[in-house]
Amino acid sequence: MHKTLPGLSRRDALKFAGAVGVAGVVTVYPGRRVFAASDRSLDLAVERTRITIDGETSNAISIGGSIPAPTLRWREGQEVVIHVTNRLDEGTSIHWHGLLLEGVMDGAPGFNNYRPIGPGETYTYRFKLRQAGTYWYHSHSASQEQEGMYGAIVIEPAGRDPVRADRDYVVLLSDHTPENPENVLRKLKVSEGYYNNNRRTLVDFFQDAKRDGLGATINDRLAWGEMRMDATDLADVTGYQFLVNGKGPLDNWTAVYNPGERVRLRIINGSAMSIFDVRIPGLPMTVVSADGQNVVPVKVDEFRFGVGETYDVIVMPTEDKPFTFFAESIDRTGFARATIATREGMEGEIPEQRPRAILTMADMAMAPGMDHGSMAGMDHGSMAGMDHGNMPGMDHSAMPGMDHGSMQGMDHGSMQGMDHSNMPGMDHSAMPGMSHGAAGSKDQAVGWADAGTPPGAKALSYADLKALVRNKDLREPTHEIEVQLTGMMSRYIWTLNGQKFDEGASIRVAYGDRVRIRFVNTTMMAHPMHLHGMFVELENGQTDRMPKKHVVLVPPGQVTTVQLTADEPGEWPFHCHLLYHMASGMMTRFIVEPHTASL
Amino acid sequence: MAGAILLALSVVPAWAAEEHSAEQFHEEPPILGTLLIDRFEHRWRDGENSIDWDVQGWVGGDTNKVWFNAEGSKPVDGDVEEAEFQLLYSRMTSEFWDAQIGIRHDVRPQPQTTYGVIGFQGVAPYFFDVTAQLFVSEDGDFSARLEAEYDLLITQKLILQPVAEVNVSAQRVQELHIGPGFNDIELGLRLRYEVVREFAPYIGVNWERKLGETADIARDHGEDPSDLSLVAGVRFWF
Repeated sequence: MHKTLPGLSRRDALKFAGAVGVAGVVTVYPGRRVFAASDRSLDLAVERTRITIDGETSNAISIGGSIPAPTLRWREGQEVVIHVTNRLDEGTSIHWHGLLLEGVMDGAPGFNNYRPIGPGETYTYRFKLRQAGTYWYHSHSASQEQEGMYGAIVIEPAGRDPVRADRDYVVLLSDHTPENPENVLRKLKVSEGYYNNNRRTLVDFFQDAKRDGLGATINDRLAWGEMRMDATDLADVTGYQFLVNGKGPLDNWTAVYNPGERVRLRIINGSAMSIFDVRIPGLPMTVVSADGQNVVPVKVDEFRFGVGETYDVIVMPTEDKPFTFFAESIDRTGFARATIATREGMEGEIPEQRPRAILTMADMAMAPGMDHGSMAGMDHGSMAGMDHGNMPGMDHSAMPGMDHGSMQGMDHGSMQGMDHSNMPGMDHSAMPGMSHGAAGSKDQAVGWADAGTPPGAKALSYADLKALVRNKDLREPTHEIEVQLTGMMSRYIWTLNGQKFDEGASIRVAYGDRVRIRFVNTTMMAHPMHLHGMFVELENGQTDRMPKKHVVLVPPGQVTTVQLTADEPGEWPFHCHLLYHMASGMMTRFIVEPHTASL
Repeated sequence: MAGAILLALSVVPAWAAEEHSAEQFHEEPPILGTLLIDRFEHRWRDGENSIDWDVQGWVGGDTNKVWFNAEGSKPVDGDVEEAEFQLLYSRMTSEFWDAQIGIRHDVRPQPQTTYGVIGFQGVAPYFFDVTAQLFVSEDGDFSARLEAEYDLLITQKLILQPVAEVNVSAQRVQELHIGPGFNDIELGLRLRYEVVREFAPYIGVNWERKLGETADIARDHGEDPSDLSLVAGVRFWF
């Protein structure tokens, strides 16, 4: 049974806000990061401010007087009331990322009858917390999120927390640019490669020719040239400062522990555009929760972190020494850094940055017009680490003369022990993030998925995520929705199924339906796909313990499938969480039609 | 001609409406624009030196744009010899290509001439920037132009740009000193240093050769059909 919350129209909300606004009960002070709210109401003002990162000051927008915005600590089952006052001269909004709530409270303008909060207006959000875990909140208007409008949400479970910890820290990663975000988008539209300072040059050509042979290098360049694509296109925007809880690498945000304590880090990727590789050298992390949902603990040395995702990890430092929390953007243009130490002011060693990956033909396996037949005779020697497992539907028979012998480091080893029976179509979609570690020499990373993980180190794979409790709805999906992740890189137009937002058809499902969503990434970039309003269950081979996610990172050239029970009626945004991808069209409406099906 | 102008004007409301949902939700400003001064250079040659320019810009959205081209040449110590302006409606037809239609007006050489233009502009495989245009003058004369350029990155900031352009005419145009067939070919090689992406000084060479009857006409006027120059200039954009 679905229970709807009492509806609150915008008019009601404004009236309510007006009444409460005068009384103005709670103020949040700058710098105050933890806000303990009970059943009382909370005021958050959105305003322009300046942020100083590692000594450099630039424009920003804050919620509740700080960047990041105050951490909202709540308890499952509470009803929360938040009055958001817009002190900007433009519309704003706040979206509660990952929370299950009524559509109008979701805070995405243009959806579920929610309208932007106008300048000077106050909007009152009111919803009951139906879940526990780590989530976040951010603006869903224009590019305000990029300018600092993001904060953490921590919801304690109503009952006993299966995760025991002596200390509990939010580690909110973000990327900040001193540029005006609108200008960033304009530059991308005018000159897509504007921010890429690692394009392949003549110098690279000679280096590659020396390593791989002249013929192989020429063939490689011709293959990329024929497709008019860029093998170095890992991130669209550079010039970022990478932050931990609003602090730059020099500012060095520090989490304090006593040796022997269990420290819970609630790690949130609140970036606009940056996918990270996260590690704490010398300190293994036990992942206990993904996207706010508990998972069977899995011990890892590092993980790849899509925009919008969250991971809760437990670390247990026993020595009295500083550890460096190190999150490198995947294009290796910088890193976020923090320190886990026994007291403030300690600094750990900053590790060497990993090599930047070069994309391969495998990363565009799903690209339209990618004619594998024409790859005959192509020398794959230059494609070390190419993972054929990720190339669904590829017809190897059409590739005569292909020399597999020289594909050093092809890693099929990590496929052992996986349950293939649950992989429809055998498309390997459940294996994003599959380790290519074996392929990477120290100075070169080959293929998007190669994080440069050293031999013997364990990188989290989506396949490792196993829900702590059994999935509630074990019905087979009745139908499949294919969502092609598409775009025209050179024009910086990003689309779903080839269509920009509101040019394309909405996705419609009936309330109660069990559906499979099949993401087919035809582009050369990874897309963190975010559905509002409902969790999806990732088809990663975990049968009845599929992890619940609100963001699924779909690697380039791959297929990823998820299942979903459409149990939240409404008109939900469904988009790529890379801000400028969403802004340039990579979004659609996922409509759950009420009253049309029986559960 | 008037048709082309009307067509160009009639699309303006179309692109204004194109992204109307932006006001409700996202996000990208519906209309963007850019102006590229691709070449603004001094040419040294065995004869009279000149200042030459080549400019392009556009205003619009993803699909529909108003496109502007200008190029010309002026002797250092003389009046403008060549000045061409184009105003085009540019429409995305595929990922890499725009179809374009509009007008071209040559202020110099005299007599001033107005043309209708139809063409395409985009990126060919292997990253060649290509512009191909067909012209019909107010007198009904047909001509065409094909231009291609390529950016070869020596380093991230040092870029070698070969350029080739060829002009063809369907008939003799007495007053413009043009014969039928291939009129001229122009090859250039410029080495620029991008101090920032938006600003790059460069040096290079430019070679032009009049061909066929057009070359003969030039010789009859006592001109050298071949023209080699050293160039130095700046490339910048907004």
